[in-house]
Amino acid sequence: MKRKLEISELIFKILSYFLLTVFALMCLYPFVYAVSASISGSHAVEYSEVVLFPKDIQFEAFSSMFQNNMFWNSYSNTLFLTLYGTVWALGVSILGAYALSKKRLLFRKTFNFFLVFTMWFSAGIVPQYLNYLQTQRVFQSVGIMDDKWLVVIAMGMAAMNIILLRNAFENVPSEIEEAAIVDGATEVQVLSKVYIPMSKSTIATVALFFAISRWNGYFWARQMISNQNEHPLQVFIRLQLEMYTDPDQMTGWNQVYAPDSMIYALIVCSIIPILIIYPFIQKYFAKGANAGGVKE
Amino acid sequence: MKGKAADYLILDPVSGTYHENPEQAVRDDVEKHYWLNVGRTIVKDWRLYVMLVPMLLVFLFWRYFPMYELLGCFKVTDSVLPVNEQLFSGFSYFKRLLVSGDSLSQNFWMAMRNTFLLSFYGLCFGFPMPIILALFFNEVRSNAARSVLQVMTYLPKFMSTVVMTSLVALLVKQGSIIGEMGIVSQALVKLGLISEEVGNAGLLNNPGFFRGIYQISGIWEGAGYDSIVYFAAIIAISPTSYEAAQIDGAGKWAQMRYVVLPSILSTIVIMLITRIGSLLNIGYEKVLLLYNTKTYMTADVISTLAYRTGLAGGAGTGIASAAEMMNNVVGMLLVIGANTIARKAANTSLY
Repeated sequence: MKRKLEISELIFKILSYFLLTVFALMCLYPFVYAVSASISGSHAVEYSEVVLFPKDIQFEAFSSMFQNNMFWNSYSNTLFLTLYGTVWALGVSILGAYALSKKRLLFRKTFNFFLVFTMWFSAGIVPQYLNYLQTQRVFQSVGIMDDKWLVVIAMGMAAMNIILLRNAFENVPSEIEEAAIVDGATEVQVLSKVYIPMSKSTIATVALFFAISRWNGYFWARQMISNQNEHPLQVFIRLQLEMYTDPDQMTGWNQVYAPDSMIYALIVCSIIPILIIYPFIQKYFAKGANAGGVKE
Repeated sequence: MKGKAADYLILDPVSGTYHENPEQAVRDDVEKHYWLNVGRTIVKDWRLYVMLVPMLLVFLFWRYFPMYELLGCFKVTDSVLPVNEQLFSGFSYFKRLLVSGDSLSQNFWMAMRNTFLLSFYGLCFGFPMPIILALFFNEVRSNAARSVLQVMTYLPKFMSTVVMTSLVALLVKQGSIIGEMGIVSQALVKLGLISEEVGNAGLLNNPGFFRGIYQISGIWEGAGYDSIVYFAAIIAISPTSYEAAQIDGAGKWAQMRYVVLPSILSTIVIMLITRIGSLLNIGYEKVLLLYNTKTYMTADVISTLAYRTGLAGGAGTGIASAAEMMNNVVGMLLVIGANTIARKAANTSLY
C-alpha cells in the first residue's frame, strides 16, 4: 500500500532537491568560473563579461605561466614534498601504529597518551617556529642543507592518522597472526604479509590524508624555506596573488590577459591533479570521515 | 619486603597452623624485579619496540620540544640565549597582556574576542549546515543523482587554503583603474545587499564583512564533507524502523521526528562536543591568508597576533608565547571537559 504524499512532504521533497542542487552548483561554480576566467580576454575578465562561459578566448595566461621556470620549479617541489612526505609519514605511522595495536606492548597506555596529548595541546606557532629553527640548525650541521628535507621530516605527522591505523590493525583477527607465527613468520613478515594487506583500505585512506595535506601545505613551507627555487606550488600561488593584486604592478599592465587570469590559470593547474584522482579516491575519504569519530 | 606479615602467612582453618601464601610471594618477587622483567621482555621482543622508536622520536622532537620552547613565556627572551639559560621573568608577560591596558594588551583582548566569536558563529551557522544537508540527501531517492550531488559538495574540501582564499580574494576584489569589482561583489550589489561603494572598496578590506566571509567560505568548504558522518548515521537506520513507524500510522514528519532524529542524535552530540572542545582552535592559516591591516579589528585571532608579535618583527617571542600559552591552556581544558562530558553523556570517548 503506497501512502499518498501530504502536501507539506511534497514541498519538503522539492525544496531539498532544489536547495541541494543550488548548493552543489555553488560548490562547483568558483572552479568553473576560474577555468573560464583563466582563458578569457583581459577586458572580458576585468569588466565582468565572463559569468559562466569564457569570452574572447586566449591561452596567453597559460603559455606565459608555462614559460615561467619558477612555476615548473614549484610544481616539482610540490611533487617532491608530497611523494617523500607521504612515504615518510606513512612509514613512521604504520610502524608506530602496529606496535601500539599489540596488547603485549609494555606501557601501551603511556605511549597512547603520549600520542593523544598532542591532539589536546599544541605549543602554537611561535614555539613551533623556534623549534623548527633549531632543527634547521641541527640539520645544516649534519650536512642536510636543503630545507625541503626539513619540511618532509619534521612536519605533517598527525596523531589522528596513527590512531586510525592502530584501530584498523586492532581489528585484524589475532588467529591469522597466530597462524602466520606458527608457519614461522617473523615480526616484520607478520606486519608486511598479514596486517598491511588486511588493512589496505585504511592505509589508502591515511596515505591520501597525508598526500592531500602535503600537496596543500603552505604556512610552514613559506616560513621555513627561504630559497625561492625551493618554494612549493601553494607558496608560489600566494606570492603571485600578492604580486598581481598590488596596484603598483597593475598600472603598466597591457597584456591580452588580465592579471586575475594568471592567478586563475595557476589555481586551475594546482587543482587539476586532485580533480583527476578525485573520482577514484573520494570513497576512501568518505570512509575516513566516518572513522573520524574514533573511540578507544 | 613491602607487604604486611598477614599477606604472607595464611591461617589454615583445619590444622590451625600458618603457612606461606605462595601467590603473594610471586607478586612480591615480580615487584622486586620489576625493571629487570621489563628489560627482559623488551629485549626478547625488541623488534616491536624498535618499530615504535621513529614515531616516538618524531613526536618528541617536533611536538614536545616546542612545548618546552613555550616555557619562553616565563623567561626574558633574548634570542641569542637558548631557553634554559634565559632569565626567569615570572608572570610579567601575562600581566602585560591581561591587565596593563597598553596597545598590545588591547590587541590581545580584541584577538581573544575575535577567536571566540569566529568559533561561536561557526557553531551557530557552520554546525547545523551538514546536518541539514544530510537530511536533504536522505530525500533524494535516486542513488545516481545523490552520488553526483555528494561528489560535487565534497569537492571544495580538497582545495588548499591558499586556493580557496585566492578564489575568495578574486571573487570579492575591489574595483581598480583597470577593472571592476569581483563578480560576487557585483552580484551582491545587483541583489541590493551591499552598496556600490562598499563593493568597490573590496569586501575583504571591510572589517564588517570578515566574519561573514569567513563563515560562508567555511560552509562552502566543509559542509558537504562534514555531512558524510550524519548521512552514514541516517542510512544505517534499519528499514524495519521505518516500517514499524508506518504501521503505527506515522507520516513523513513523524518518521523524521521519531525515527531519523533520535538515530542521529548521538552523532550530533559527539560532533557538537568535539566542536566545543576545539572552540579556541581557529585555523590560523585561513585567517592569515584572508585578513589585512584594515580588518584586524574583526579578523585578528590569538595565533595570528602571536605570529605578528613573535615572528613578523613584533614585541618578541616571549610575550607571543604567553598569548599562545593562555589560548592553548584554555583550549585544552575545553577539550578535556568536552571529552569528559562525552564519556558521561554519550558513553563515547572521542579519543
